Amino acid sequence: MNALIFLIIFPLFIAGLALIVPLGNALRKIIGVVATVVLSMVPIYLLFTYIDSGPVYFHVESHVVNTLMFVVEILIAAFIVYISLKAKRYLPVALVVIQSIIMIAFEIKSGGSMEIEHSLFVDKFSIIMALIVGIIGSAICLYAIGYIPEYHQHYKEIKERRKYFAFLIYLFLAAMFGIVFSNNLMWLFFFWEITTICSALLIGYRNDKQSVESMFRALNMNLLGGLVFAIGIVYLYTSSGVMELDKLIRLDQSYALLPAVCMAFAGLVKSAQFPFSSWLTGAMVAPTPVSALLHSSTMVKAGVYIILRMAPALENTVAAKMLMLIGGVSFIITAFIAISQSNAKKVLAYSTISNLGLIVACAGINTSAAVWSALLLIIFHAVAKSLLFLCVGIVEYKLDSRDIEDMDYLIMRMPKLAAVMMIGMAGMFLGPFGMIISKFVTLKAFVDSNPGMAIILAYGSAATLFFWVKWMGKIMSIRHGETEVVEHRVSRWEWFTLDILAVSTVLVCLAFPLISSGIINPYLAERFENISVPDPYNILMTFFIMLGLLVILPLGLFFFGFVNKNYRRVGTYLGGANIDNVTFEGAMASTQTIQMKNYYLEKYFGEDRLFNVGVLISLTLLCVMFGVAFI
Amino acid sequence: MNSIYEVYQALSMIERALVFLVLAPIAGGLLAGLDRKLSARLQGRYGPPVRQPFFDVLKLFQKERIVVNKFQNFNIVLFFIFTVLSGALFFAGSDLLMVIFGLALAGTFFILAGFSVGSPYSHLGAEREVIQMVAYEPMVILVAVGMYQVTGSFKVAELVQHQTPLILYLPGIFAGFLYILTIKFRKSPFDLSMSHHAHQEIVRGITTEFSGPALALIEITHWYENVVLLGMVYLFFGFNPWIALVVSLATYVFEIFIDMNYARFKWQLTFASTWIFTAVAAISNIVVLSFLK
Repeated sequence: MNALIFLIIFPLFIAGLALIVPLGNALRKIIGVVATVVLSMVPIYLLFTYIDSGPVYFHVESHVVNTLMFVVEILIAAFIVYISLKAKRYLPVALVVIQSIIMIAFEIKSGGSMEIEHSLFVDKFSIIMALIVGIIGSAICLYAIGYIPEYHQHYKEIKERRKYFAFLIYLFLAAMFGIVFSNNLMWLFFFWEITTICSALLIGYRNDKQSVESMFRALNMNLLGGLVFAIGIVYLYTSSGVMELDKLIRLDQSYALLPAVCMAFAGLVKSAQFPFSSWLTGAMVAPTPVSALLHSSTMVKAGVYIILRMAPALENTVAAKMLMLIGGVSFIITAFIAISQSNAKKVLAYSTISNLGLIVACAGINTSAAVWSALLLIIFHAVAKSLLFLCVGIVEYKLDSRDIEDMDYLIMRMPKLAAVMMIGMAGMFLGPFGMIISKFVTLKAFVDSNPGMAIILAYGSAATLFFWVKWMGKIMSIRHGETEVVEHRVSRWEWFTLDILAVSTVLVCLAFPLISSGIINPYLAERFENISVPDPYNILMTFFIMLGLLVILPLGLFFFGFVNKNYRRVGTYLGGANIDNVTFEGAMASTQTIQMKNYYLEKYFGEDRLFNVGVLISLTLLCVMFGVAFI
Repeated sequence: MNSIYEVYQALSMIERALVFLVLAPIAGGLLAGLDRKLSARLQGRYGPPVRQPFFDVLKLFQKERIVVNKFQNFNIVLFFIFTVLSGALFFAGSDLLMVIFGLALAGTFFILAGFSVGSPYSHLGAEREVIQMVAYEPMVILVAVGMYQVTGSFKVAELVQHQTPLILYLPGIFAGFLYILTIKFRKSPFDLSMSHHAHQEIVRGITTEFSGPALALIEITHWYENVVLLGMVYLFFGFNPWIALVVSLATYVFEIFIDMNYARFKWQLTFASTWIFTAVAAISNIVVLSFLK
């Protein structure tokens, strides 16, 4: 239990230090490194301690803690009211006030008499989440050490608030650990609200018009989610006297359904599913480490975490079907929209929503195979997506653009970075790398439960393939002659994080048979009576192909790079006499220049059109979801 | 009549894969020869001998190795390896989805090869090849889904020996598959990224910068791939090997016939028509099947 409390308190402590220790002090960096090491090691320690036991619950003497949390909650509410009024935004004020009234009334009415048996717990799912938050989250913090100074060099007009930034990201990590270990729903809600306010403040870090806009959009939506969450737990306690996660799951469905739907709703908002996707795509105005955190290890993962936790309470209801459909709609429509985007961060954002949609759909189905692939999707997505965001962050400075169309010849201009980026992309969509095996199992789970979802998956995967392949092709094209290498001056902090994440992407793909048999299958065995473990034969086959690829790729690159001399190199065919790589002498002695652009298929997959379709469909589904829960 | 299956069952998975490795390029090459002969006859020419593709490939291997960048042929090698591997998995009787994802991986390497050379013609070809892939990929997956619905298995070894005729349950899926086979075989009207025939284009799309042995490898890979695809056609009729073999061959001839009768479509029409046709055919089929259960 101490390890759990330590994981929640320790980042808080670091966040405090980040506020105190003066800027430019070498101590800051040392603290950053120590924090990363500790935050990565403790979840691993947890893994080895609790790997053989089932869920373990802990009693915490909670009255003091509860009061403290309550006070902090009121303070946060006051703070939100303050910043909203300052910016003349009244919707967040209204949401916060309503929520506070509900919570204060609830606290006065039943706060004193509430007895919580187990406030904290740990099971294998929590450990997986803790590993993701600990390792990936804190690695991103290291990257920020190198990134943020450069960010301020680049944008001189932005007020430098580095202490505040560091404070917020460690606070964010603390809240994430809180979410995954809380069994007490009041605590869970408390940490939930902290992630909301942290993410909103981080999105608004630049403090210009656009980021303030995005910040309030994120705040509004997540506060709405929080409000519904609060209503859910208050209803739960007044109707059945239950305030704990494990008891909620075991509760009779007539009591549990509405609270579970409320919490799933909050999860949908956090994981940016339709109709709440716009806050995540707006969040890309924030500095890159923030995007990476939001997209990979924190925020959106908290959303799918709570949905997966609620899934058993929703089992076999129409609400679960609606959840599945919302996930499916989000998956396919955002995959389509991603085709039409040339802004790299936007492509990544839509791909995140798309993958989360798949996870939500799996949670809606809630069979052992579906949950298996949901967990693996969470893991693979966290590693590969954080890697990609951090790469794009660096490219953005070196090339002064985040547009994919400006990334021609990236492999010549920034060879190592492009290689790392390709590992990330491969992790997101290519063959034996992780994502595809999860899709594979997801497909089987879909066919068994609902063939309609299989059709969505078939078309959605094709779309996914499209936007990744054309991007990958863009960065790996090579031309004749010298190209300026702009890779120097990437700080070693950034390289270090990229290296860790690139290695983890490959390792996770290699080790996934182990992850599956060691952690996920035992977890599924606790959760389902009989688990149909995905075909071990296929898992092994994927493993061997992955292994083969890992051997062939370096060998092949070595062979073609250094050994093979038996070739004659010529210029590309341009339709005339080549002058250099991109110009040639055409008819009538004219000089022609070539340009290569990708297709974006705006006409079919334009954002403005599809986005509204997604919002409309999912709103309908949401209404049905709540409708059946009320009845 | 069932002696084919007796032989099939007598072989271990590795032996089946080996048989595929040896026989598939021969069959694929002969099919390519048949294609050229038949096309020529339909056009009123005499045409080359059926074994001409083998001569062509052998000749390509003896050509000078000309490249525009050092690494371009690596992607082609990977394309070859993964196509052959997927084919071997298919004929060994393993998971159909695995085979499909393997083929998609191989196709991705081919596209990346087209992008990597940095030539505008090749780039355009690669771009079109992506669109083609997006157009056909859902249907290929839905073939597996449909077969699973009927048989309850994704294993090729079980699908092929399924006693009820799959075609009776999967007519829509089969029609959709025939439609995308035209893309996969690189036949008109869907041969956008590269064409077998000179009448379609002046500069060959995705393979513009590939010559000599690399081009030979692409050709051989294409043979392997064709055999795998006809193998998938075979699965629909697996209840009777002779019918299945005849239908597979007839499918190939049918695609040649289509090829001769159409000029190339634009990519917009290719993409939209494929998605609409496969959606209507496959979805209706799958929905009806799920009601039958």
